Amino acid sequence: MNAISARGTAVQLGDRTIWRAIDLEIERGEFVAILGPNGVGKSTLLKAILGLLPLSAGELRVLGGPPGHANHQIGYLPQRRSFDPSLRVRGSDIVRLGLDGDRWGVPVPGLRRTRARQRAERVRALIDFVGANEYAHRPIGRCSGGEQQRLLIAQALARQPSLLLLDEPLDSLDLANQASVAALISRIARDAGITVLIVAHDVNPILPYVDRVVYIAGGGAVTGRPSEVITSATLSRLYGTAIEVLHASDGRLVVVGQPEAPTYHPDLYRGVDAHGHR
Amino acid sequence: MAIADNSADLSWDLVRDVRQMFEFHFMVNAFRAGTIVAIVAGLIGWFMVLRRQSYAGHTLSLVGFPGAAGAIWLGVSAAAGYYVFCVATALVIAVVPRVQGRGYSEESAVIGTTQAFALACGFLFVSLYKGFLNGLNAVLFGTFLGITDDQVRVLFLVACAVLLVLLVVGRPLLFASIDPDVAAARGVPTGVLSVVFLLVLALAAAEAAQITGALLVFALLVVPAAAAQALTARPALGLATSVGLALLITWLGLVVGYYSDYPVGFWITSIAFGVYLLAKGAEWLGSRAHEGEAVVP
Repeated sequence: MNAISARGTAVQLGDRTIWRAIDLEIERGEFVAILGPNGVGKSTLLKAILGLLPLSAGELRVLGGPPGHANHQIGYLPQRRSFDPSLRVRGSDIVRLGLDGDRWGVPVPGLRRTRARQRAERVRALIDFVGANEYAHRPIGRCSGGEQQRLLIAQALARQPSLLLLDEPLDSLDLANQASVAALISRIARDAGITVLIVAHDVNPILPYVDRVVYIAGGGAVTGRPSEVITSATLSRLYGTAIEVLHASDGRLVVVGQPEAPTYHPDLYRGVDAHGHR
Repeated sequence: MAIADNSADLSWDLVRDVRQMFEFHFMVNAFRAGTIVAIVAGLIGWFMVLRRQSYAGHTLSLVGFPGAAGAIWLGVSAAAGYYVFCVATALVIAVVPRVQGRGYSEESAVIGTTQAFALACGFLFVSLYKGFLNGLNAVLFGTFLGITDDQVRVLFLVACAVLLVLLVVGRPLLFASIDPDVAAARGVPTGVLSVVFLLVLALAAAEAAQITGALLVFALLVVPAAAAQALTARPALGLATSVGLALLITWLGLVVGYYSDYPVGFWITSIAFGVYLLAKGAEWLGSRAHEGEAVVP
């Protein structure tokens, strides 16, 4: 059974069609990057997988069931939220919420000590695992972007998910942090056998770890190994315009001529003509 | 407003002073009511500050004024006016942005509009009452005189209801307040929780208004919570600190108000202000010490 399988899946927000037909088969344990220009609905795909958005057509199965049925097995890291600098809640509390934040009631001090100790132990282990020991006791608002991101990854891992959905986890990190957080994510995926879907604006920091890429554009998607998908031929076909993929000497890929979605896909906005005028 | 006849002089014998103060039934009721209100305001206020909903809380406090003025005009108890108006306003604030489907960006506009309309209603009720609205000052700035046994009983029951709700939704509410997207993905009903929270916030504001008056509710709703969050980043400790500070502020305010010629609302607010300044000072010192640490490798 695949982790995710989509057939002709479409999502509509209001009267705007985000994508018309996504076909996707993601096996368990795969490390998959979701790529594409701004506004093509990469985040929307994650939300659809979580069952937060209704499908307008097609089929989507997540961990063997309809979207939303297995969310307790899914760790989710939404698109970069940097916490308000004045938010006075510790990083370890943020991680702890990933463990039991959705349970009703409040923890009563002194009751169920064993369970309380187990949970505290688990939170410590998670913080240790992502290497956040030094700053987990600090208010989250005072942690740097990379520190916050590590703590949020620990939060997403709290319940030993079998699927991890990460929405631009490397966005707005500096290059050194991008590399180390990417390495952390791939270590998680490999060690625990977790399926990882990572939305990325730039594929380069995760390129060494990626099994497959899903490239969304023009209302559909192309799936395959990075070397098959991120090529001038495939992307030009996908966009219907000339795209060039350059290989830098350090192995980085540069996509040239990639249009931003709304300009070249008038069907994304009903009533917008080919020149972008309403 | 001097209650002080000769018997209310401060001596150096504190036990005698306290015993003497509690010989007055109105002071016993004032302390009962103040204690109940401080606990509720301390807890709800902590969540309100965390959720950045102070503006909603401010409006819910202010609508206590038209509530009480309308109730007095109609000849029913002011307390009923507080509860009805605060809860009704909470429903408007909660439902209107949702119906329009624009989410939170719309919220403050709705809150502001509601606030202006409510204050205008308050002014209308005062005018309609014709003649001198007895106790207008008490409605606006608070009183600890004449809190009845029945009023204390209602305060207690409403407080119990609020605490019960908080016991049930506490943890998911914390999750939804800090991290709504992840909480929603985990199945926390964030929309329902925000409505529930506005309702308990309305009840807390209505309760506090009966002690501090509609204009000074924030002394109990915002100050202890903001001070607690400046002092600690631990949620459980923060809630406890918030309640502790609210109790301290209320009790001190009542005692000082009893022995002085000036209204209790003024004292509660002034003490609260002092507490807030001290807490912010402590936070500043703490962060300076922290930065000092970071400089040394």
